[in-house]
Amino acid sequence: MPQKNYGATTVDVDAEGYLTDFSQWTREIASAVAREEGIAELGPAHWKVVEFMQKEFKENGQAPSIRRLNKSGVITTKELYELFPGGPVKKAAKIAGLKKPEGCV
Amino acid sequence: MRKLVILGAGTGGTVMVNHLRKRLPREEWAITVIDRDNEHYYQPGFLFIPFGFYTKKTILKPKSKFLPKGVEFVVTEIDRINPGSNEVILQDGRNVGYDYLIVATGAEIVPSETPGMLDGWRETIFDFYTPDGAEALAAKLKTFPGGTIVVHVNETPIKCPVAPLEFAFFCDACLRRHGKRDKVEIVYVTPLSGAFTKPVASQVLGNLLEKKKIRMVTDFNAEHIDAAARKIVCYDGREVPYDLLVTVPTNMGSEMIERSGMGDEFRFLPTDPNTLRSKKYENIFALGDATDLPTSKAGSVAHFQSEILVENLLRAIEGKELKPDFDGHSNCFVEMGRGKAILIDFNYDTEPLPGRFPFPVIGPMPLLKPSRLNHWGKLAFRWVYWHMLLRGRKIPFVPARMNMAGKKRPDNAPGGLK
Ligand SMILES: Cc1cc2nc3c(=O)[nH]c(=O)nc-3n(C[C@H](O)[C@H](O)[C@H](O)COP(=O)(O)OP(=O)(O)OC[C@H]3O[C@@H](n4cnc5c(N)ncnc54)[C@H](O)[C@@H]3O)c2cc1C
Repeated sequence: MPQKNYGATTVDVDAEGYLTDFSQWTREIASAVAREEGIAELGPAHWKVVEFMQKEFKENGQAPSIRRLNKSGVITTKELYELFPGGPVKKAAKIAGLKKPEGCV
Repeated sequence: MRKLVILGAGTGGTVMVNHLRKRLPREEWAITVIDRDNEHYYQPGFLFIPFGFYTKKTILKPKSKFLPKGVEFVVTEIDRINPGSNEVILQDGRNVGYDYLIVATGAEIVPSETPGMLDGWRETIFDFYTPDGAEALAAKLKTFPGGTIVVHVNETPIKCPVAPLEFAFFCDACLRRHGKRDKVEIVYVTPLSGAFTKPVASQVLGNLLEKKKIRMVTDFNAEHIDAAARKIVCYDGREVPYDLLVTVPTNMGSEMIERSGMGDEFRFLPTDPNTLRSKKYENIFALGDATDLPTSKAGSVAHFQSEILVENLLRAIEGKELKPDFDGHSNCFVEMGRGKAILIDFNYDTEPLPGRFPFPVIGPMPLLKPSRLNHWGKLAFRWVYWHMLLRGRKIPFVPARMNMAGKKRPDNAPGGLK
């Protein structure tokens, strides 16, 4: 299984760099993953999304859809794209230490 | 008399009532089925209407024709479920009480979810997920002079997730046959990162799009549609221009679920993925497109679910533990045009893989590979649907749970084992 070093910590990841063991996740690792994804610094709005995603994942076993994030009142889709440019749910999941969202069949 | 009520007389509701009328003694159980209309469309046939192979009439039969004797069929709009009092409230003012309830109200397209989509509706923007939409599109395609056709998936999940791909393949094949392929650019726009959700099938289908010169635009989440300028605009600023937009709008469950306060953000009913019971109410079960389960929204799935749901409903009535038997089994043909089709077979844990179906090795149908036999399979499915599936008969050799034998994961497959 591939591994990745963030500072002094080594974590297990999948082929695309998503953490495979959430217990290894820390806020420092989140910030380092964010920098790799082109987000220089995680502000309060980023953290709100990251924490909501983690809570949802714990409850439902999967990352929430964009619609769910929007409807939960955490963030509008427009803001989500501004905070996590590109593929926001995938990026936010990666930063949150969750497995890659699969998309429904 | 105890009461079983089934909401929706589409694929799932019809199969269930055919199973259950045989299993629940008539002197003990009254069964009521409720639907807003008496028109049963064979929905997989919608795909063939825009290209002139079918008309609405070819694929329409009365719902009542498929309901067994000894059930009450009420045709009216369901307003909501009141799970607190075990009642269904109808829009004509009547209340129907139940001991057990089965929700099979399906999914529908909701174009109003995307700003601007209704501005060009059935002028330059069309759907083929409704009978009227498919017929309007047929008329439009007949006189289409050439230009860019964009086949668009707005948001997932959608029912029959391969239908828009089939549409794109069909478009390509029909244009070629008429010698007009060079006059039309076909673009496939999807919110997914590839042609399909699962890696192996995504690669196979993606390669086929490329081979047929259908350009794919991925990770595209439409913020709005500018119908006047004829372009779809993504949240990240990307734009895709079109002359004709064939879209699969956001799919959602019935508004009735929302009015009942029972749905998730897509108005789907939170359902136990293995027992098919509502996550919240002990005497409510669900199947088909109305559930929030992470498997395909397809008629084949409703059929597989029905076999497991019958047993679980009977167990619930007898006060026994439910069996967690549903594995997400889904099975569908992907029509390619030119007399060929692909067959895919998968469940919650195993993505579609190459192999043979339904018998390992000898097949005869190849999985995940275009073939003429699969195309005949797809055409035969209409007969199977009306004559076997809806009536709750077992389809020979195709079990409710998926069979892994005869399948092979390619050595160089993307994604890796889960
Ligand atoms: C273009 C297209 C192609 C497809 N191709 C395939 C394919 O190749 N293979 C395959 O297996 N599946 C295919 N499907 C999917 C398949 O048709 C559905 O998954 C299946 O019909 C789902 O059954 P259901 O019982 O859940 O819903 P439905 O059959 O849609 O039935 C729902 C019923 O509930 C009723 N209803 C809803 N709300 C209310 C209300 N408030 N009051 C009263 N009545 C209500 C509706 O009138 C309807 O009759 C396709 C679908 C489409 C659109």
